[in-house]
Amino acid sequence: MSYFIARRLAGFLLTLWAVSVVVFAVMNVLPGDPALTILGIDSTEEARAALRARLGLDQPVILRYLDWVAGALRGDFGESYSFGVPVSGLIAERLPLTFSLALSGMVVTVLLALVLGITAAARHGRPGDWGIMLLSQMGIAIPAFWLSMLLVLLFAVKLRWLPPGGFPGWGDPVAALRSLVLPTAALALVQSAVLARVTRSAALEVMRLDFVRTARATGFGSRHVLWRHVLPNALVPIVTIVGLQFAGLVTGTIVIENVFYLPGLGRLLFQSIANRDLITVQALVMLFAALVVTANFLVDIAYVVIDPRLREARG
Amino acid sequence: MAFTRISGTGLAGAFALAIAFGATAASAETSVSIGFQQEPTTLDPTSDATAAIDGIITHNVLESLTVANESGEVLPALAESWTISDDGLTYRFNLRQGVTYHDGTAFDAEDVKFSFDRAMADDSENPTKGIFSPVESVTVIDSHTVEMVLKNPDAFFLFNIARGDASIVAPESVDQLKTAPIGTGAYRFDSWTRGDRLTLAKNPDYRDAADVALDKVVIRFISDPAAASAALLSGELDAFPGFPAPEMLPQFEADPRFTVTMGSTEGEVILAMNNAKPPFDNVEVRRAVSHAIDRAAIIDGAMYGRATPIGSFYPPHGPAYVDLLDTYPHDPDTARAMFEEAGVAGSTMTIRVPPFPYAMRSGEIIQAQLTAAGIDAKVENVEWGFWLDEIYKKQNYDMTIIAHTSPNDMGNFARGKSYFYGFEDPDFTDLWNRISTEADPDTRNDLLRQGQEYLTENAIHGFLFQLPRLGVYDARLRGYWTASPVLYEPRASMSWAE
Repeated sequence: MSYFIARRLAGFLLTLWAVSVVVFAVMNVLPGDPALTILGIDSTEEARAALRARLGLDQPVILRYLDWVAGALRGDFGESYSFGVPVSGLIAERLPLTFSLALSGMVVTVLLALVLGITAAARHGRPGDWGIMLLSQMGIAIPAFWLSMLLVLLFAVKLRWLPPGGFPGWGDPVAALRSLVLPTAALALVQSAVLARVTRSAALEVMRLDFVRTARATGFGSRHVLWRHVLPNALVPIVTIVGLQFAGLVTGTIVIENVFYLPGLGRLLFQSIANRDLITVQALVMLFAALVVTANFLVDIAYVVIDPRLREARG
Repeated sequence: MAFTRISGTGLAGAFALAIAFGATAASAETSVSIGFQQEPTTLDPTSDATAAIDGIITHNVLESLTVANESGEVLPALAESWTISDDGLTYRFNLRQGVTYHDGTAFDAEDVKFSFDRAMADDSENPTKGIFSPVESVTVIDSHTVEMVLKNPDAFFLFNIARGDASIVAPESVDQLKTAPIGTGAYRFDSWTRGDRLTLAKNPDYRDAADVALDKVVIRFISDPAAASAALLSGELDAFPGFPAPEMLPQFEADPRFTVTMGSTEGEVILAMNNAKPPFDNVEVRRAVSHAIDRAAIIDGAMYGRATPIGSFYPPHGPAYVDLLDTYPHDPDTARAMFEEAGVAGSTMTIRVPPFPYAMRSGEIIQAQLTAAGIDAKVENVEWGFWLDEIYKKQNYDMTIIAHTSPNDMGNFARGKSYFYGFEDPDFTDLWNRISTEADPDTRNDLLRQGQEYLTENAIHGFLFQLPRLGVYDARLRGYWTASPVLYEPRASMSWAE
């Protein structure tokens, strides 16, 4: 098992390195001069040259890449071209929000999907099942940004129960939680639709197996059988999808943060691309890539924990 | 199944709990919350051209020697008065006494010299360094008198030094301009939560502090028009001065809680043609394009009718405006005949459009209009960085659509072939030199009229419309600007109606 983990770890590091090369290369062939973007079209060439020199953009590409990697390894992602403050600070400032949003989105997605999926499986072929499947079909079809707008119109504009967007910071926990309700709902409703369907079919698959009939025959209640016997055995496909969805959730926050004008990493990425703040974009793309790669790594580890058979097979 | 029912109730309960805490707080009457579409990345107007910096900081936190009002007139700010020598070369500024910065230090003539020298230095990153180019020297006469000597007379000097680019800063606090600027204005910088909001607080020591009604100005950054609209409707925002979506205005106009404004700006929207490149080096082709364009249809379609057409490169509200709208009446048949005459009928012309709603929408309509005149017109939507690189720097384009938002920018046509217009005519350059050095306003306006006529006559570009400044305000708000003659707007005059 340690061999398995070590191999995954090596793959993990290799992927990150490859990402760093690709990201850096892409950033450097992108058209657009950061100095011109910052100083605007009425600036003089002289002023732009002075800014480029200060940002180190007049150095050779290889040197800049090495500088960047050396810095990143020390946790120093350089100074943002456009904000003029350390990139690590910008990220630290916004990480808590994106993290809270992704976490609450994930928790609500999983809870909602498991409850709906298992319920549908238990009522297989009956109206409850059809209702849930119909709802989840709609959830898959509806884009998150559109659902967001509907939620805002109803809960913020019409009923005025919740703020239409923005994030006041964790200094005021109640206000912070209130401002996360709609974004979380918009993220989770769409994501849980897919997961609910997967849960349902995985559960149905398991319910056909002999040991479930045996469990029932032993006299366990149907609720007990579903949650203690069916669900654990249906977990492998569910966890696979959860892992994939985590990537979707992280990128989903980019859209959601823009619709709800939340000051998170997604919005920072958006702004930085528009500002040609290449050094910030690099750091953020690396961070997002690292998150996704880490999630996949954890899913692989999770398989081993969930399914004892894999433990032996993969040694 | 009992379990799901319980968990369903639990979820609903958690939602209800989150909702129950605190209804939306009514906005206090001593603060205002203003929406901005663009968030600045730094707060230093002297090193970054982002318009939002001026909109927030200039003449609110930082002040300049002079200031323009809503009609573009120059008024005293940190300079209480000034005298100009007869040859128009020497400016003597008498500075205001007893002014202090927000950190308590005193403002004096050395700060003025420092600020100008800094902007004019060789390694200066000032985005409009050009406005300082006429300045020969800045001399401190005494603690509250400064003399500036110009190399040549500059008609726009007093107007230009009102800009944020010429903000007066102190050497002691210059290092924090980007993140927490310290100035002399009616508001001091309070806090900035990047990505969300920036707060300005009233400066109790301001010279006219008694007249400043609002204690707090909160700027909220909302880029998505639908989100901005929801924020206004829900009462989260009190004002949105540069509202980005004209199509969403009718719902605000129908709602008595709001006032909708349409003011003028200095932004001329043009269909720029690459004058250096065939076929646009041929004046007849450019004239044919001008005939092919239907401004009314563009304004209706792209701006929902909310814009003023222009026939040349000068704002319709300016004192020297000439109406040249009928020089090239919209006529696809005339255009087609002229394209045929010039041998370009049926050829391909590509409009490379930057990612601004006015430009993208206008692009599609102009494409249809050129097609109707027998041109194989194509639209290529490009991203802003690409536009700056390919079109602005490398002049690699046929046509593009762009708003020129600087005041007094007819001088663009005197920037030579290396400017992205690809246009140069020594006669026009001479004319512009006379305009920019003419001290007498009447003579200058005459020359400006000649300039407009020249540009229209030669159909350098397709002149489309003046970019409007659309605003949505709480109907009880007072003291804001409808028009936008400059990039800044002092908020000290804002108040709530009783």
